[in-house]
Parts: sequence; structure tokens; C-alpha cells
Amino acid sequence: MTWKQAFTSSIGKKLVMGLTGLFLIVFLIVHVGINACIFADLNVAVWPFDPSDDGAIFNRAAHFMGSTILIRILEVGLFAGIILHIVQGLMLEASNRSKRTQGYAVPLAGRGSKWYSRAMGLLGTLIMIFLILHLAHFWVKARITGSDDMPEVAGMHDMFNLMKVTFSELWVVIVYVLACISLAYHLLHGFQSAFRTLGVHNNKWMTIVQSVGVGYSIIVPLLFALMPIAMYLGWVG
Amino acid sequence: MEHYNMNLNLKVWRQRNTQAKGSFETYQVKNISSEMSFLEMIDVLNEELIAEGKDPIAFDHDCREGICGMCSLYIDGRPHGPWEQNTTCQLHMRAYKDGDTITIEPWRAGAFPVLKDLMVDRSAFDRIIQAGGFISVNTGNAVDANALPIEKDKADASFAAAACIGCGACVAACKNSSAMLFTSAKVTQLALLPQGAPERKSRALNMIAQMDKEGFGACTNTGACEAVCPKGISLTNIARLNQEYLGAALTAN
Ligand code: HEM
Ligand code: SF4
Ligand code: FES
Repeated sequence: MTWKQAFTSSIGKKLVMGLTGLFLIVFLIVHVGINACIFADLNVAVWPFDPSDDGAIFNRAAHFMGSTILIRILEVGLFAGIILHIVQGLMLEASNRSKRTQGYAVPLAGRGSKWYSRAMGLLGTLIMIFLILHLAHFWVKARITGSDDMPEVAGMHDMFNLMKVTFSELWVVIVYVLACISLAYHLLHGFQSAFRTLGVHNNKWMTIVQSVGVGYSIIVPLLFALMPIAMYLGWVG
Repeated sequence: MEHYNMNLNLKVWRQRNTQAKGSFETYQVKNISSEMSFLEMIDVLNEELIAEGKDPIAFDHDCREGICGMCSLYIDGRPHGPWEQNTTCQLHMRAYKDGDTITIEPWRAGAFPVLKDLMVDRSAFDRIIQAGGFISVNTGNAVDANALPIEKDKADASFAAAACIGCGACVAACKNSSAMLFTSAKVTQLALLPQGAPERKSRALNMIAQMDKEGFGACTNTGACEAVCPKGISLTNIARLNQEYLGAALTAN
């Protein structure tokens, strides 16, 4: 058994999907945590909110992420992980589909499996399309091209303002919300599936994995979705 | 349960051989008793076809009591028909009513080529077993059965996995045509027992290698296999197989 065989067998490929998937899940916790700083500016004068914050806390957090060498190194790992997950995912999906050349006249539809567990490739592709738009909206502007919507404030990019401008357009908000819904369903299956792939089969632990998975799949995408909505409706900024 | 007779319309997949292009044929069967089994209903139709000088419908069966795994048939979108945890041979016509139309297809999977009509070649499963689904025992005196202590829970879980009859419904139902539920049952039944321990690593590695070679897909944990399995083999076995395999793959030479 060589390393190559270990990672390219059917289970090996799934291991790669599961590990990269879990890595992305950890990344999203950091991502949602940092971005949730925009809510500090929420228009209610109750602790911890401060309507006069105007994104100061968020901009500082974003600046830390962009200016810390360790984070920038991890960013390279993140891109590698996403690309590996996407390429492997699409290849697995294509390979699995090719295993039944002649289909059934009466489909098995719905019996015994959730639609989103069967739609992982589609949901992932929707997320991927969104990611391209998302990177163009923020990452490319922050790291490469710069943008007039993102002036320097106190030596830091005003990312908060860039978000405000980006989310002033309704279609952008709708696309982001749809992407969050896709992510929620992708994770509703993916979270627990990843642990099964890694070999977790103890009932006691699977119960925890399943509950945490459902919680994560609802809370994280919901928080993300609230960001464009809150900015569009003027709850913050 | 009251007895009744019924007339039915059958849409049956007919295919002369593996290379031939198959198609659906429609048949009417009359006066079918609700007490008959599904296979007996096809027997009745075949008698008529033979009397008319036509080719009878080929389908697999052997024990007709739900224990051998030979019967198959994908009936109205479900392997082994509408009943839960049931084989086609144990499906009875009381599941249907007069005038019903029933569509019967063979298992569909590249690794299970159609031999004729509703019969598919499931020898890929045999080759997966041959690759490692056994224990090696040297000849000599039989060892005392109680010499090896086995935890009751493990013995039970092993026995539950050993209930797999190798029918292939899991592959037929899986969107990826994955044979993971079958393979996981065959690995689990041995992995949980002390007798299975010596060949544990090579078993998991070789059986998965063979499974991949046969052209089955990769598991995505959708659970369709578990839902159609006539023996209630649990999805948990797949996670256990993943553990067996990954443990072996990362440590074997
Ligand atoms: C940030 C975004 C994403 C996260 C957090 C994520 C997470 C996951 C997780 C945890 C799994 C389960 C792995 C397993 O079953 O072993 C998974 C599977 C999968 N992902 Fe993603 N994913 C993301 C984006 C994508 C993208 C962009 C694509 C593809 C275009 C994609 C395609 C797939 C596919 C095809 C599977 C395999 C299906 C399955 O295991 O049932 N994912 N993902
Ligand atoms: S796991 Fe169930 S469905 Fe699959 S071969 Fe065994 S008995 Fe048949
Ligand atoms: S014919 Fe033996 S299980 Fe159905």
C-alpha cells in the first residue's frame, strides 16, 4: 500500500474530500466570526452594539487578517484546500455518475436519502460560482487592484465601506443569500458525512456530530446571509 | 387477510443478452391470487409465454425464502419492491390491487451487466469476497468453541452484519452504484471477531481494491442502500469499514 494508493482509492478520495471539507468548515468559523464584527454597528444602543462604530471594529479585524504573516501563509493553504476540494469533488461526482450508464425508467427518487445528499455536486458547483463572484467583490479588490469604495482610514482599508457599496445592489444581496442556502444544504449533509468518511461510527459520538452539524449548517450560513441583508436594509452602516 | 384475485399490467425489461439493446414489453396477467408470491406471478406469466411458444422472462431466484440473495428485480422504482426489509421472493401479491401497472427492471449498474432480461451478473461480489472476505484456518483439530472469549455486543453486531445475503440491492439503489454497504457488511462480520483479527488489514485493503477494480462508485453516505436493504444492514458498517481501511492504509507497508 503506497501513499498514492491510500489517497486515490475510492475511500482515499473520500478522505481527501472529508479532510478538505472539515478544513473549510473550520475556516468558515473564523470567517463568520470576523465578518460578524460589522454587527457591532447595529442601530440599537444596547451593549455590545454601538451605532457610532461605523465598521471600526470590523476594519481592524480585517486589517489584522490581511497584515499578519501567519494568516497570509494560512491563506495559501486555504486556496489549496478549496481547489483540492472542488477539483476532487467534481471528479468524484463525474466518476460516480459514470458507474451507471443505463438508468432506470422509474427513478428511486426520495426513498431513503435526502435530496441534498444526492445534490452535493450541484450545491458545491453553486457555491463555486458564488465564490468566483465573491472573490472578485472583495479579495481581488483588497489584495490586488484596490478600489475607490475602499479608502484608507487610519492606515487601514475601509472594507466596511466596500461591503456597504457592494451590498447596495439588490441582485448581489439575492445571489449571496442563495449561496448561503446552498452552503447550508451542502453542509447539512457534508458535515456528518465527513465524519463518517473519517470512520466515526460510535453512536454516542455520531449523535454529537449530527447535532453540531445541524447547528453549524443553520447558524453559520444564516449569519453570513444576514450580512448583505443588514447592509442592504440599513440595519448597519 | 382476505383472499382476492386480480388482473395486472406488467411492463417488463426484455434484453436478449449483454450486448443486445433491451426494451420494455407490456404483458397482461389475469386471475392472479393475492396469496401468490411476486415470483410465482411471473412463473404464471412464463407458463403462458411458453404455451404461446414465446421466450419466457429470465429472472434470478433460488431459495424463495429470503435467505439466499439470488432474487433481485427493481420493482416500481424500488429494489425488491414496495415492502420494507423484504426480498422479492418474499413479496406477495397482496401488495397490489386489481388493475395495477407494475414496472419491472433489472439492477442497473455498470458492475452488474445484464445477462438476459432481468438477470444480472453479480460475480463482482464474489470476487470482492475472494479478495479478503474470509479467515484462514490451518488444518488440525477443531479448536474448542469457547476458547476465544467474545463480547456479546460484538458478537451481535457481527451477526447482524453477517445477515447480508449479497443480493446487490444496495448497489441498485445507490446513485453512485457503490458497493460499500455490501463490502462493509462482509468486512464487519469478521473485523469484530477475534478470528478476523490476523488478516484485518489485508482484508480491508484488498477488498476495497477489488471493489474499485470492479467499477463500483465511491460512497457519499446518502443512505439509499440502507433504506432498501432486505436485511437491514446498517450504514454504520460503512463508517466502520472506512475506519478499518484508513487505519490499514496509513499503517500497512
Ligand atoms: C466553503 C465551501 C465548502 C465547504 C465548507 C464544503 C464542505 C464539504 C464537506 C464537509 C463535505 C463532506 C465530505 C465527505 O463526505 O467526506 C463535502 C463534500 C463535497 N463537496 Fe464540499 N464544501 C464546500 C464547497 C464545495 C465546492 C465549491 C464544491 C464543488 C464545486 C464542493 C463539492 C463537494 C462534493 C462533490 C462533495 C462530495 C459529496 C459527498 O461527500 O456527499 N464543495 N463538502
Ligand atoms: S447489504 Fe443488504 S442490500 Fe446490500 S447485498 Fe447485503 S443484503 Fe443485499
Ligand atoms: S430467492 Fe433466495 S432470497 Fe429470494
